[in-house]
Amino acid sequence: MAIDAATVRKVAHLARVAEPEDRLEALAQELNGILAWIEQLNEVDVQGVEPMTTAVEATQPLREDEVTAGGDPAKVLANAPKSADGFFVVPKVVE
Amino acid sequence: MSALTNITLKAALDGLKSKAFTSEELTRAHVEAIEKANPHLNAYVLPTFERAVEMAKASDAKLAKGEGGDLEGAPLGIKDLFCTEGVRTTACSNILGEFTPTYESTVTANLWRDGAVMLGKLNMDEFAMGSSNETSRFGPVVNPWKAKGSNAALTPGGSSGGSASAVAADLCLGATASDTGGSIRQPAAFTGTVGIKPTYGRASRWGIVAFASSLDQAGPIAKSVEDAAILLKSMCGHDAKDSTSLDVPTPDWPSFVGKSVKGLRIGVPKEYRVDGMPEEIEALWRQGIAWLKDAGCEIVDISLPHTKYALPTYYIVAPAEASSNLARYDGVRYGKRAEGKNLIELYENTRAEGFGNEVKRRVLIGTYVLSAGYYDAYYVKALKVRRRIAQDFDQAWTKVDAILTPSTPSGAFALGDKSADPVAMYLNDIFTVTANLAGLPGISVPAGLGADGLPLGLQLIGKPLDESTIFSLAGALEQAAAFKAKPEKWW
Repeated sequence: MAIDAATVRKVAHLARVAEPEDRLEALAQELNGILAWIEQLNEVDVQGVEPMTTAVEATQPLREDEVTAGGDPAKVLANAPKSADGFFVVPKVVE
Repeated sequence: MSALTNITLKAALDGLKSKAFTSEELTRAHVEAIEKANPHLNAYVLPTFERAVEMAKASDAKLAKGEGGDLEGAPLGIKDLFCTEGVRTTACSNILGEFTPTYESTVTANLWRDGAVMLGKLNMDEFAMGSSNETSRFGPVVNPWKAKGSNAALTPGGSSGGSASAVAADLCLGATASDTGGSIRQPAAFTGTVGIKPTYGRASRWGIVAFASSLDQAGPIAKSVEDAAILLKSMCGHDAKDSTSLDVPTPDWPSFVGKSVKGLRIGVPKEYRVDGMPEEIEALWRQGIAWLKDAGCEIVDISLPHTKYALPTYYIVAPAEASSNLARYDGVRYGKRAEGKNLIELYENTRAEGFGNEVKRRVLIGTYVLSAGYYDAYYVKALKVRRRIAQDFDQAWTKVDAILTPSTPSGAFALGDKSADPVAMYLNDIFTVTANLAGLPGISVPAGLGADGLPLGLQLIGKPLDESTIFSLAGALEQAAAFKAKPEKWW
């Protein structure tokens, strides 16, 4: 399952990271190096094994469905690169 | 005032209680030491000296009245991964810009509750991704240790390189750190300090910048096993704000240091004898086995057959989780923004400028293994192998109480040595990463010096929630090793 420049371009776009065209080939090689090393997992027999998604088996705790935080827009916006009138500001998204 | 900085946390707490010195004196001695050393070691990325002196004075007022918590007046360093209210927190990434949290992480809040004093924020690999502290936006940390007859700058390990370097150079009495694949234990081993990662769920992850949520755990780097126990006890505890935080009591760990380890069964896994491991690491391991035998332990040969698959598994699981966690850095809500002609370009340019190369590499790998068509072949497969690795340990616990291994496959290496080859760098975590995948507690204890005069560590891995036993065993190793070496001050 070797990665080529086109795959890197696609993955970089999915990840929302701009990668210049002249970097794609080098990145493909780097990623292939790592993936080739990862391929050894194919040796492991995982027939009938359940995927492990958490390090410690515990049931998810539930709490009362009530508001416990929020109500402080100034704090939420305090670190925004751009804000106005209590909103985050981004480039126009609707023409 | 080096007399006030080269003592253990325990000695400092005793001195504060007996009024041999004040917290302000202790804190100012550390400030002085940091001012002198930091231009050379680059351990602190943001000193908070004014706040430190204020906190120290408040502690002195409490101590004068015979009050105060378990850490009252003790100056500590905080890894820049922990959100600190009103104090810039960047995870040493450009993308966080001048992000200044409006809230405090649970772990640091616990330390302040117990009276600790914050000296400043410590350097680390960007988003804790690295084993050499070379991916930080603030530049690499330098290990206070140097190899015999060489002046080369060495790595303190990573990702908690600033924490390890600061503790080893007496620039704090102890430090917070975090461990996703070995980021507490490997730097501890490289700097002659003690580092423990508790059982997954012991320490709240709330307010800690997330890397790989199913693997991340906070813990301390400290000057002794007892100091590590004191710090970990303060850091841990149930937290409703982290849904994976375990609702279990925190034992009085310091009381387990010094307890007899007679009769405990210690597993020695044959798979940790890896190809190309230096003989001195093997020798140190044999020495550790002999020490525990002398202390009355029973040594049991065990097998953890899936060990060799742990790192490749980790390098699917961790980047997959990271690519998801790091999706939040969009240049809109906080941190740095790079403009773009539309919203998508704003995201893409912000992340291209804000993330370093190693972080991008992992985000891309993670995105790839989670993408349609590869999800089952890579990600689900890795989760299944992860269970196999955890099952190896379950099997082992039917025969042994703890496992002894080397902490790292080598001592500290020179800065720049492995930065060109990602896989060579990843192999640093070969002995530590299994504990993260299985959620187990692991501690690194300094056990001796290599031929080049650099510290080497031994690791103890414990059963889930059984930090108490590994603290007792680590205490026995520490006593037998009588490791007293300190780096020569060249700064």
